[in-house]
Amino acid sequence: MSPVMIELFIRSFFETVVMTVASGAISLVAGLPLGLALVATAKGGIAENLWINRFLGAIVNGFRSVPFIILLVALIPVTRFIVGTSIGMWAAIVPLSIAATPYYARMAEVSLREVDRGLIEAVRAMGGNRWTIVREVLVPEALPSLVAGFTVTLITLIGASAMAGAIGAGGLGDLAIRYGYQRFETTVMVAVVAVLIVLVCAIQWAGDRLVLKLDHKH
Amino acid sequence: MTSQFPPAGQAEQGESRREAVVRLSGVHRHFGDTPAIDGVSLTVHKGEILGLIGRSGAGKSTLIRCLNGLERPDRGSIKIEGREITGLSEEQLQPLRRRIGMIFQHFNLLSAKTVEENVALPLKIEGWAMEKRLARAAELLDLVGLSGKAKSYPAALSGGQKQRVGIARALAAGPALLLSDEATSALDPETTAAILELLKDINAKLGLTILLITHEMEVIRSIADRVAVIDAGRIVEEGPVWSVFANPRTAITQSLLSGIRPHLPQHVAARLVSEPVGEVVLGVDLSGPDAGVLLAGLSGALAGGFRLIHGGVEHIQQQSVARFFLGIPPASDGPARAVAYLERQGAKVEVLGHVPGHD
Repeated sequence: MSPVMIELFIRSFFETVVMTVASGAISLVAGLPLGLALVATAKGGIAENLWINRFLGAIVNGFRSVPFIILLVALIPVTRFIVGTSIGMWAAIVPLSIAATPYYARMAEVSLREVDRGLIEAVRAMGGNRWTIVREVLVPEALPSLVAGFTVTLITLIGASAMAGAIGAGGLGDLAIRYGYQRFETTVMVAVVAVLIVLVCAIQWAGDRLVLKLDHKH
Repeated sequence: MTSQFPPAGQAEQGESRREAVVRLSGVHRHFGDTPAIDGVSLTVHKGEILGLIGRSGAGKSTLIRCLNGLERPDRGSIKIEGREITGLSEEQLQPLRRRIGMIFQHFNLLSAKTVEENVALPLKIEGWAMEKRLARAAELLDLVGLSGKAKSYPAALSGGQKQRVGIARALAAGPALLLSDEATSALDPETTAAILELLKDINAKLGLTILLITHEMEVIRSIADRVAVIDAGRIVEEGPVWSVFANPRTAITQSLLSGIRPHLPQHVAARLVSEPVGEVVLGVDLSGPDAGVLLAGLSGALAGGFRLIHGGVEHIQQQSVARFFLGIPPASDGPARAVAYLERQGAKVEVLGHVPGHD
């Protein structure tokens, strides 16, 4: 690869990392409360409210059923409103976050639902309120599983960020399409795939390590 | 142990013995059309250990959860330390629950917290400062014999140790009442005995009132002062443990007791006939100070002698409770005289039948 190509490669790598980390952080901050709300309002939950539960469920399902490439285009007005432009890496973070939030909310919901109801009962019996239950039981007990789910979300975001090349977001996926596929530069294609494999493995490894460290159940 | 524990009142109870910590009257709770609790009235007195026993599905879990508002009754009155709790909102119940400790069959310890953090959690909820609550947790872990495990996670403990942590946690906020929900049902017999001993010890030391539910009569026998038997959502029998053991009135109590009371050996029961041939088999129940000398007296009164088939005397709450199965030779008036003698001593005698060939 030429020095120019290498420079482009490094820039694309960082674009992918920034897009993934930024939209991952947003989906965590927005998706975890949404997941908590889904569990709390469900039947038998700590703030049972089936209407709110169905409403939230419908919104989550709605966003999750739209293919990402369509969401990317459909959200252009929203992106333009938030970022000021609909092109580039920062613009891509908006649809990526909006797609990843309901995705992570479902993952968090599953993790939180697995928490033993006996523990919630025990904390209620000692006079804890809902907030105590969230803070002392639901989140800490589900933490290893929440981290595992977040790892999956981050890896999914790496894949999705490649599609964001469609709106000129840059990143490794964009590089692979434009140089590797459209200009038949096999070296670029192979290098991109290799770097993506390493990136995914590194995230998975770090996630697994963290889960092991946080899990005191065994 | 220090001043933070409620004062022990065991020694000079007298009148205060009658002070009610819990008073239920006419409590009903239905799930759909099935009544889980069907008009229960029950009082738990200060400082006593009341055992509530019943088969699974009898309504005992629902009942115990009504006491701290985890379940809401449909009808009836529940008073805790004189205060009616049935009308209270969730927010009003929260401070009340801090007066009531609870331990569980599956311990319900938080796996993500260390032992001391688990014990200190009720105090964190009450807003105690970190240092104070950890000091208090250490005190309680000492009380339950787990001082060395403060920094361990529950997963590293045995079942018995987990329940000790559960007990320490339940006592943390200095409750007036301890609810025990099948607390020993997941433990082996040896550990069960140790945990019951600990509860008894805490009852004596701190004067803590305990309501425990169980399906095992053995638990009732070794720890409770009084027992209430619940069946299909109703209290069918209630009284001091020794008297219920000596004289169970309902079929359900008899069946719950059948595992631990002596009963006629199977091979003898199989040979019993109703025709008056051979040895007469008697079932004899007697409780009180005379129970231990009953057989000696009988052998004096009966020239033809008798055979002790099975049974013995056991001691429940310092009361002798005897249950014997006797074989009386059919010769002349032996059986009639034996029955007359035993009944004169106050025993309950039942002629179970005859065993041919044993004469």
